[in-house]
Amino acid sequence: MKKPYQRKQYWNAPTLTLWERAYLPEILRGLFITSVVFLRNMRSWVTGKKGALTTYYPEETRFDYAPLNRGKHVLTQRPDGKPQCIACNMCATVCPAKVIEIEAGFDPTDTAHPKFPVRFEIDYSRCVFCGLCVEACPEDAIRMAKETPGLPSEDRRQMWLTLDEMLTWNPQRDVAKPYPAAGGVTKIGGAE
Amino acid sequence: MTQDLVVYVVFIAYAVGMLMTFGTLLTWVERKQAAVMSDRIGANRAYVRIPFTQIKLVWLGLFHGIADGIKMLVKEDFKPRTYDWYAYAVAPWVVFTPVLLVFAVIPFGGLLDPGRLFPSLAQWFGGRTYAMQIAQLDAGLLIVFAFSGMTIIGAMLAGWSSANKFSLLGGLRAGSQMISYELVMGLTVLGLILIFGTVDLGSMVQQQSGTVLGVLPAWGVFYQPFAAILFMTAAIAENKRIPFDLPEAESELIAGYYTEYSAMKMGLFMFAEFIEIAIVGALFTTMFLGGYNLPYMSDAGFTLPGGSTIAMSHGAVVVTQLVVFLVKVMLVCSFQILVRWTLPRFRYDQVLAFAWKFMLPLALVNLAVTAVLVWSHQGAPL
Repeated sequence: MKKPYQRKQYWNAPTLTLWERAYLPEILRGLFITSVVFLRNMRSWVTGKKGALTTYYPEETRFDYAPLNRGKHVLTQRPDGKPQCIACNMCATVCPAKVIEIEAGFDPTDTAHPKFPVRFEIDYSRCVFCGLCVEACPEDAIRMAKETPGLPSEDRRQMWLTLDEMLTWNPQRDVAKPYPAAGGVTKIGGAE
Repeated sequence: MTQDLVVYVVFIAYAVGMLMTFGTLLTWVERKQAAVMSDRIGANRAYVRIPFTQIKLVWLGLFHGIADGIKMLVKEDFKPRTYDWYAYAVAPWVVFTPVLLVFAVIPFGGLLDPGRLFPSLAQWFGGRTYAMQIAQLDAGLLIVFAFSGMTIIGAMLAGWSSANKFSLLGGLRAGSQMISYELVMGLTVLGLILIFGTVDLGSMVQQQSGTVLGVLPAWGVFYQPFAAILFMTAAIAENKRIPFDLPEAESELIAGYYTEYSAMKMGLFMFAEFIEIAIVGALFTTMFLGGYNLPYMSDAGFTLPGGSTIAMSHGAVVVTQLVVFLVKVMLVCSFQILVRWTLPRFRYDQVLAFAWKFMLPLALVNLAVTAVLVWSHQGAPL
């Protein structure tokens, strides 16, 4: 014969006091809390302050991004302003989302770095911000800045970041890679 | 007779317009109030761009309601291959129409004398007066319950005819839950009927314009505080909103009895729900919060507790009453939204247990105590 169903007893079953089990007082307390929050936030809105914790992206960005936040890609530059990138395609190869497209060009006058990117584009609609491109780069040519790309758009074709936009990062002093003195461009390979 | 026709057409237009406005506005109020309550901003991205300019009107996200409406109108009207196509098509209307009809007996203003309001029309109206209410029926409250009971049929029809197990479960739940709470709702109101001695909502409001115990306005909520709480709870349950949204329970039943509905048919269900919030607000206002009158106010003006009176012109009274009614309804609607965004949901067995084991006995006790008090107060012969 089948035994009647018995509800399982859990060792951590919640215990309610009589006050809590009376239900109505706790319900009223909850309503009181939410209405106090409502009135407090409403007062902020009415007096012209912001009564919400929400960041109004993309118009606002959060101030508390971590310093190592992987945001927008930047391409580092040589002192003469050319990208440090040598178009080796390592970042494009390692990219798990396959969003980097590089078209290499050849410049016989620059003997140290004859290969350079003509086109360097990243599709931000697919980028996963993993940072593998930064790690793969042998030239420290690509890094990720703290700021987010700020590219929300109604058209995914507008979410490509081009070479020009990534070359805007030009710090005076770079701790990670000190620049050689202006004019003294180091030449590797010694083809003087 | 023509005068009557004109006046009642105006009343009906006002009532329908008010309900439709509430229905659309409440979607916005619900979003915004929920957002403010939980430290968010709320929907504010929909905008109307003035043609040929780049000026975008956002207006605190008011246009999201319009965006919803347009979305529902242009969506594909999905037709399930069901065995009962007629019931499937008619169910949203069975839910929607009675909700509108309920408002016919709710007074939204006091006595209107068009001749005094517009002296140029005084001769044409010839001293006729109209209570601001679409249908002045002695059966008032009974009509309310009769019509609001009909929405159960719509919900069950929708659940049954969708040929979907989720819908069927939702329809079953809707049926049992709404019938249970209909009963509680009726019992809570009975106490009020005993006190006011009438089921006519218009005369109920008039009786609430006096005072009780010297200072308190003679509102139903002061006569029947327990009934007011119980009625509100039962009304929210009747409307199938959280914490009683078991028939629609998204996490369990997808969308309950309207799983198979799309486009404007689904929109009608939603619209009916939002209008019903306003209807519950109007009913609660009328029965418990003194209806369209401010405290101590009647059709002639104010009668303050000290005995002094403040006379008001007829035009001022009419405008005050219309505005006060709208404000009160809005406040009660806002309270319902507060409840919806505060309380956690019940389990299904808890919903029915709550109705039958908790609210029904309380309502009965309330009714018994009221009956004894009313009898002893009137000194009626045994």
